[in-house]
Amino acid sequence: MASYSTNEFKSGLKVMLDGDPCSIIENEFVKPGKGQAFNRVKFRNLKTGRVGEKTFKSGESVEGADVVDLDMEYLYTDGEFYYFMMTDGSFEQHSADEKAVGDALKWLKEQDVYTVTLYNGSPLSVSPPNFVELEIVETDPGVRGDTAQGGSKPATLSTGAVVSVPLFIEEGEKIRVDTRTAAYVSRVKS
Amino acid sequence: MTNPSNEWQPSAELTTLRKRAVFLQKVREFFYSRRVLEVETPVLSSVSATDPHLDSFTLKEGETLQRFLLTSPEHAMKRLLAAGSGPIFEISKAFRQGEYGRRHNPEFTLLEWYRPDWRLQELQTEVVDLLHWLGFTVQPEMLTYRDAFLATLGLDPFIAAEEELLSAAVNCSGLNGTDMDRDIALDVLMTHLVEPALPDAVFVCDYPPSQAALARVKDDSNGQRVAMRFELYLHGMEIANAYDELTCANEQYKRFVADNDYRKRVGKPQVPVDHRLLAALEQMPAGAGIALGLDRLFMVSEGYSDIRQVLAFSYSAC
Repeated sequence: MASYSTNEFKSGLKVMLDGDPCSIIENEFVKPGKGQAFNRVKFRNLKTGRVGEKTFKSGESVEGADVVDLDMEYLYTDGEFYYFMMTDGSFEQHSADEKAVGDALKWLKEQDVYTVTLYNGSPLSVSPPNFVELEIVETDPGVRGDTAQGGSKPATLSTGAVVSVPLFIEEGEKIRVDTRTAAYVSRVKS
Repeated sequence: MTNPSNEWQPSAELTTLRKRAVFLQKVREFFYSRRVLEVETPVLSSVSATDPHLDSFTLKEGETLQRFLLTSPEHAMKRLLAAGSGPIFEISKAFRQGEYGRRHNPEFTLLEWYRPDWRLQELQTEVVDLLHWLGFTVQPEMLTYRDAFLATLGLDPFIAAEEELLSAAVNCSGLNGTDMDRDIALDVLMTHLVEPALPDAVFVCDYPPSQAALARVKDDSNGQRVAMRFELYLHGMEIANAYDELTCANEQYKRFVADNDYRKRVGKPQVPVDHRLLAALEQMPAGAGIALGLDRLFMVSEGYSDIRQVLAFSYSAC
């Protein structure tokens, strides 16, 4: 893997810090007029998700992290692993454990496409698209003619996620959800 | 993929550039009104600053010759002083390799001026006059380097044990302490803890003698050797650096050699010693000189936090 000098640091760069793959969030160059220059870096540890800070002497180099983001279709789970397939026509498959799937689990639907982050060739994390369309498997009966009133109720989706939906939404309907906020967006006409 | 159709656009707004032109004109008027001579000196030279923490850009001239893009016009201006120029100022481009960030652009605009026979105190008064002339209403406080450290860290940078400084520096930065010396530790503490806690407008003075560069050294009231330097900080950002200028060629030569020794230790290229400057120093009148970052001063006056907002084209846009 290539190494990067501090003057190549920028947000989004993936480097190895203390043995873990990390993504640079912020890089600030500081230097007392007549003194040593430093790069103060804020980073996210891609394994733990934790944000940390570290200073480098300017001019130092760090090893790049073999991290790539790829589009993959979710296939199925065998209970232990979650199987994804590349969408580039190679049919190459990757298995992610529950830790790698993380919060994406509640938005995981077969045949939908997710961003899978590979570290040294293995899935490190899975990110859902910003919007997913899922079916409601359980919710209280809808209130007809109440569309303008507002008000909401919980609804359980086919993936197990529970989101808040307007009162008029019925069991068996498909809805569009923003995965970043877990918020209901709209009904999907089938 | 960035939109290629927009890449030709300036980094700064045109309204900002118009204000910048007025700002530069006012700076010139200030010095003209005080009968300080404007000079222009080369930015391309066969010798450059030896300072171990300044990296000059080097250019090849034909097969064998090398030229530097200068990090400041200091050497040439001092040769003019030695020739009897009297007070002089210059607004020039300066170049420092690797200095790129929110407050740094590798090519920047420096205002440098010299006052023969003046002391640092008189120069401080003139800096404040210039700030007021440009519309600032600040009245900078005075703080010694020692007091700035004591106030933030409770550590005296001159007498604290090296282990104590190193461990404080390692703690606030996560840097490795094994290859850290006393001066690097002070630089870490200055940039990470002291600068952010400085008053909004302040002159910091009396630096450690190891950071004297081209300044004279004296004994302070505690009997401690200190460099006769001051820096102006506005909102925690270094704006200007002034020296009570060293006129002893022998001492200056020793510092150049020591700089090059340091450069060798840390694997940086040697910089040829400027013998013309050394010869001129013996003729140069005692006095005070200062270099002020004009891009940064203009940033502060306009309330910008990123230097790119005041540059027609920043380093990454050209």
